Amino acid sequence: MDRARALGRLKFSDSGFRVMTLASALIVLVLLAGVAISLFLGAWPAFREFGVGFLFSDAWSPPREKFGAATAIYGTLVTSLIAMLIAVPVGLGISVFLTELCWLPLRRPIGVAIELLAGIPSIIYGIWGVYYFRPVMQSYIQPFLIGTLGNIPGIGFLFQGPPFGYGVLTAGLVLALMILPFITAVSRDVFDTVPPVLKEAAYGVGATTFEVVGNIVIPYTRVGVIGGVMLALGRALGETMAVTFVIGNATKIQSSILAQGTTISAMIANQFADADPGLFTSSLLALGFILFVITFIVLAAARWLLASLEVKA
Amino acid sequence: MFMKSIITAAALAVTVGAASAADISGAGATFPFPIYAKWADAYKKDTGNGLNYQSIGSGAGIKQIRAKTVTFGATDAPLKPEELDKDGLAQFPMVMGGIVAVINLDGVKPGDFHIDGPTLADIYLGKITKWNDPKLKALNPKLNLPDLAIVPIHRADGSGTTFNFTYYLGEVSPDWKEKVGVATTVDWPGGIGAKGNDGVANNVATTKGAIGYVEYAYAKQNKLTHASMLNKAGKTVEPTLEAFQAAAANADWTKNAGFYQILANQPGEKSWPMTAATFILMYKKPVNVAASNDALSFFKWSYEKGGQMAADLDYIPMPDNVVKLVETMWAKDIAQK
Repeated sequence: MDRARALGRLKFSDSGFRVMTLASALIVLVLLAGVAISLFLGAWPAFREFGVGFLFSDAWSPPREKFGAATAIYGTLVTSLIAMLIAVPVGLGISVFLTELCWLPLRRPIGVAIELLAGIPSIIYGIWGVYYFRPVMQSYIQPFLIGTLGNIPGIGFLFQGPPFGYGVLTAGLVLALMILPFITAVSRDVFDTVPPVLKEAAYGVGATTFEVVGNIVIPYTRVGVIGGVMLALGRALGETMAVTFVIGNATKIQSSILAQGTTISAMIANQFADADPGLFTSSLLALGFILFVITFIVLAAARWLLASLEVKA
Repeated sequence: MFMKSIITAAALAVTVGAASAADISGAGATFPFPIYAKWADAYKKDTGNGLNYQSIGSGAGIKQIRAKTVTFGATDAPLKPEELDKDGLAQFPMVMGGIVAVINLDGVKPGDFHIDGPTLADIYLGKITKWNDPKLKALNPKLNLPDLAIVPIHRADGSGTTFNFTYYLGEVSPDWKEKVGVATTVDWPGGIGAKGNDGVANNVATTKGAIGYVEYAYAKQNKLTHASMLNKAGKTVEPTLEAFQAAAANADWTKNAGFYQILANQPGEKSWPMTAATFILMYKKPVNVAASNDALSFFKWSYEKGGQMAADLDYIPMPDNVVKLVETMWAKDIAQK
């Protein structure tokens, strides 16, 4: 009798626990759907007014009530692309050095330093970017790029225009620095999970360090590495303050990466507080919705990539 | 019975909370922030009542008062009478000041650099891109202007300073009026966007070859190099209290409902061309009458005792006859009971 009651109670508490965890999990879904739906409803007047053209129009004129997302989408994608092009190879390089080549007593200090970098608030990167990095860009790096790469036919158009210091390239470089620790920290952790016996076997048959990294370490850990890269990309796409400080906040698409631009989140940060209700506010919400969709596409693409890798492996 | 006493207690707590001197809350324009901050400080010492003013930009100030999150909103871009009526708002001018063009060029002292309205418009339109452009050289025969790119800096947020600045450029340059227009946020043809008067001041201070526009107090506090300007009468003027006053003297505050008045590009040999008034927005039928009255007491005190403090920061106090008009409007339009 007692035994049956005790068992019944256990069963009850177990199902209670199940319901509680289920509810917690459902809250995430409800929140996600709520954010998506409320953004879409807020954005609806802009989508209705401008149609699909909203995505491709580079107009942004509050007094004339003409809005388009192309400038902000372009800036978001280009700054993130620049950041990834720099941060992925450098980040992986650092973690290979730390796990394979670094003198043992130095591994911990360098590792901790990288984790500290990951913890610096983005506003600090923004202030550093605008006060210290931007003048260097204006006085040295941009004039150099304009004078050298700017004259090469074919790619020269990317490096032309006056050197203001502010611009898409500056924002991309600051972003690269911000996401570097994410890529490094995650890939270092997964590189550490490679069983030493695999690496030792490879070294044993005469492989160089480069071959071991390329043929053993990376293939063994690629799922984790891609995860870290995607996490970094997610941060780069949504980063707001540091970018707002250095990108120049110009609502125009310009071919040169030295020119000023804007990103979706910089646009919202600058203008949402004082946007008139109506099309202006709605267009900013539409930008938010688009960023949401872009992030979703990036994550979905990462999942798909991982899934296809696992099938092959 | 028990419920009833709880409700009574709660109601009592609410009235007590409202009656005790909470800080007056306001938000909006960054243009008058230096003087509002100074007044608030002196007012607190004088009366013990504080002011919580958030300088978030005129556009945001209008939005906050419409959302009723503050007791008063502040804007340099006055609302038109029909907009005021729609929301049941009252509007009055608080203080006047000057907008100046500030530049960052090595070896150029404040006031040395001269510019006129159409040339300033051409810089912001992207037609003049170098400091040694012939037009700038013609205006500044004495200066040795460098072969350096001009970095035009403008506001990225909704701003009454931008409204007055673009209004002036629209008055002197037909091209500007047609291509860019007049508003608190416009579609800038080029240049760098920065947040707030302080943001523009900072960007100009740190960027070689930059030009920007800020309220005069910001230029002074940040030790920026301001430009002298050619006014409507064709005379070169420096941004001084007298020049702002000369422009303000032309204003006819009785002409428009809601004191709607823009002071840019006024006639007169001594007038500073980019003079502007800044306005307060309050509800005619406030939800919290006590808070509204507290705010009115602060404004009344500022009109009476704040004149010298305003002049110290190169703002122009409102003339006595205008203050009388404003106070008559308060008595008539704003419910104080």
